[in-house]
This record gives sequence, structure tokens and C-alpha cells, in this order.
Amino acid sequence: MPSKPAGTLYRGREGMWSWVAHRITGVGIFFFLLVHVLDTALVRVSPHAYNEVIGTYKNPVVGLLEVGLVAAILFHAFNGIRLILIDFWAKGPRYQRQLMIGVGVIWVVLFVPFVIRHLTHVFGG
Amino acid sequence: MDVKVKILRYNPEVVDEAEWKTYSVTLQPTDRVLDALHKIKWEQDGTLTFRRSCAHGVCGSDAMRINGRNRLACKTLIKDLNPDKEITVEPIKGLTVLKDLVVDMDPFFEAYRAVMPFLVTSGHEPTRERIQSQADRDRFDDTTKCILCAACTTSCPVFWSDGQYFGPQAIVGAHRFIFDSRDEGTEQRLEILNDKEGVWRCRTTFNCTDACPRGIEVTKAIQEVKRALIFRRV
Ligand code: SF4
Ligand code: FES
Repeated sequence: MPSKPAGTLYRGREGMWSWVAHRITGVGIFFFLLVHVLDTALVRVSPHAYNEVIGTYKNPVVGLLEVGLVAAILFHAFNGIRLILIDFWAKGPRYQRQLMIGVGVIWVVLFVPFVIRHLTHVFGG
Repeated sequence: MDVKVKILRYNPEVVDEAEWKTYSVTLQPTDRVLDALHKIKWEQDGTLTFRRSCAHGVCGSDAMRINGRNRLACKTLIKDLNPDKEITVEPIKGLTVLKDLVVDMDPFFEAYRAVMPFLVTSGHEPTRERIQSQADRDRFDDTTKCILCAACTTSCPVFWSDGQYFGPQAIVGAHRFIFDSRDEGTEQRLEILNDKEGVWRCRTTFNCTDACPRGIEVTKAIQEVKRALIFRRV
């Protein structure tokens, strides 16, 4: 066996890259939820501590992270619907590319207005 | 025109690591990658090792990774590959490389055998042929076209990381009989593919559909088997 496979990266198309992106956003969202469950659970420990922790989120860095979070969730949600259609709708596999374009369009339509509104909140005070 | 062909060479008797070698070949735009490999082997370096038999896209011997995608060397024209740049040729991924572009196909054929790719019947044999309507025949027409080249299975990211996965080809092979109205082994085949290494491993990356040199809608065939399992109806 070659000790290091010196091969190139497989040049898959949108199907493969959407799968990679689905994994990455999935893991990312999982870690967000983990933190989110923990900080929300704090309210049962002490409402005061909860308020303090939530207060630390009000800064531009977290504001930008939130942009990433929304981007990931939007993609994961709509690509998830695409995957369901591929598996359950008889014509899904044939139209997977068109479905992918649909995911992209919906993503942009929802994401761009969000970013504008959100960032004016974060940086506009 | 002069074309540069970069091939991933590996000879376990000499080195323990694969390495890239670049060859210059004079070719016609309408030549195929297989012609380039022939020219290299016959005129420049006789040690270059690869499989081919029919040279016309029928036998399925020469699946390899050309410019990063699984293709048959005998069906890939130079002009379709952007020949101004180097053309890269590597062995297919996920199977052990024996030498240069030759891989060990045993695990691939084992998965195929495991799905019972033959007609299963019981009772009296009819004196004439087993009759089937055109509509019934059409249901599995696509999957009869498979030439067992392994381009699909070795394009699958799930198969690269988990060699136990049956792989797209075995599911195509099973599909051909599962949806055949004359066959009676459907239940058994569905049970085999209901395994955790069966159809449920498919992540619909569509690499297999893109790679298949016979234009089989591989992912669609896998989906049909998944749905047959969920709804218990073929
Ligand atoms: S389904 Fe297509 S890619 Fe896969 S082995 Fe058969 S012919 Fe080759
Ligand atoms: S050599 Fe037979 S398929 Fe290419």
C-alpha cells in the first residue's frame, strides 16, 4: 500500500459539496445547541447568572458569529428538505441539481435581508 | 498536438510510495485517454501498468480517475479534457492499488455476488420463455446496462471511508432483479440491502451518477430500493 496516497482531491459536483457542507453545518449547529442548552439551563440555577451570561453576548464578535449561525441553519434546513425530496419524491434524484439551485435562491432571499437588518442592530447600536 | 499526461505511478516491488510521473505525448484531439496510455506504454515506458480489454466501453476494465473524476479511459476524448493543461490519471479510490492503475477488484465483486445477481425462481420451469409486459421490463431497463466497471462504487465518499459498504454498483445489480417481475428473490435481496452497510449508508452525493459511463441513474436506483424497503412494496 502506498504509505501516503499522493492522489488529488476527488472532483465531485454540487451533490458531493452539498453533502460536505451539510456535515459541517450540522456539526456546527450541534455545538451551538450544546452551548445554547447549557446557557438556557442556567436560568434554573440563577436568573441573575443567566442575565449576566446572556449580557456578554451583546458584542460585535458574537454578532458576527450569529450571522454564521443563521447562514448554517438556513442551508442545513433547506438542503435537508432537498435530501428528503431526493429520497421520497420519485423524481427527486433526477432534479437534484435544480433542487440545489432552489436551495441557493431561498438561502440568498432569506439571508441577505437578515444580514442587513442584523448588522445594523449589531453595529448601529 | 502535444499533451502532457501526469500519471500516479506505484510499483510495490520498487518503492513504497506512489509518485507522479509526467509524459509528453503527441495526440489528436479526437484520441482517447486510453490511446495516450497506449502510446506511453508502447513508445516510452513499457512498465506502465493498466487494465483494458475491449477498448470500446463494453468490458468495464479501464475505469480510472481522469482529471479527478472516475471515467473509462476508452470513452474519454482528449478534446473534452482541456488538453492545454496537464491531464491527470490516477487509480480509482477506495480499493487497494496493486500496481500503477491496477487495483484489487475482489472486494468490489464480492459485494456484487452478495446481492444474488441472478434470476431466482421456484416451481415448474415454463417450456417457453418467461413472459413479461413491456412496462414491467422498462422498470429495470436502466440497471441492466451496468458493465461492472466500479467507477460508481469508487467515486463514493462513503465507500472510501467504509469499505464494508456494499457500494452503488451492488445496489444497481440488486435493483436489476428486485424490480424484475419474473424474479422471486426480491425479499431476500431487500433484506441483504437493509443491512447497516446496505442502502442506508447512501448519502446521495451523486458522485456515482456522475461517474457512470453507461449513464445509469445510479442514485435513483438506490433511492428506489430505499423506498421499496420503507413501503415494503416494489
Ligand atoms: S453502475 Fe455504471 S459506474 Fe457502476 S459499475 Fe455499473 S457501469 Fe460502472
Ligand atoms: S477497455 Fe473495455 S470498457 Fe474500456
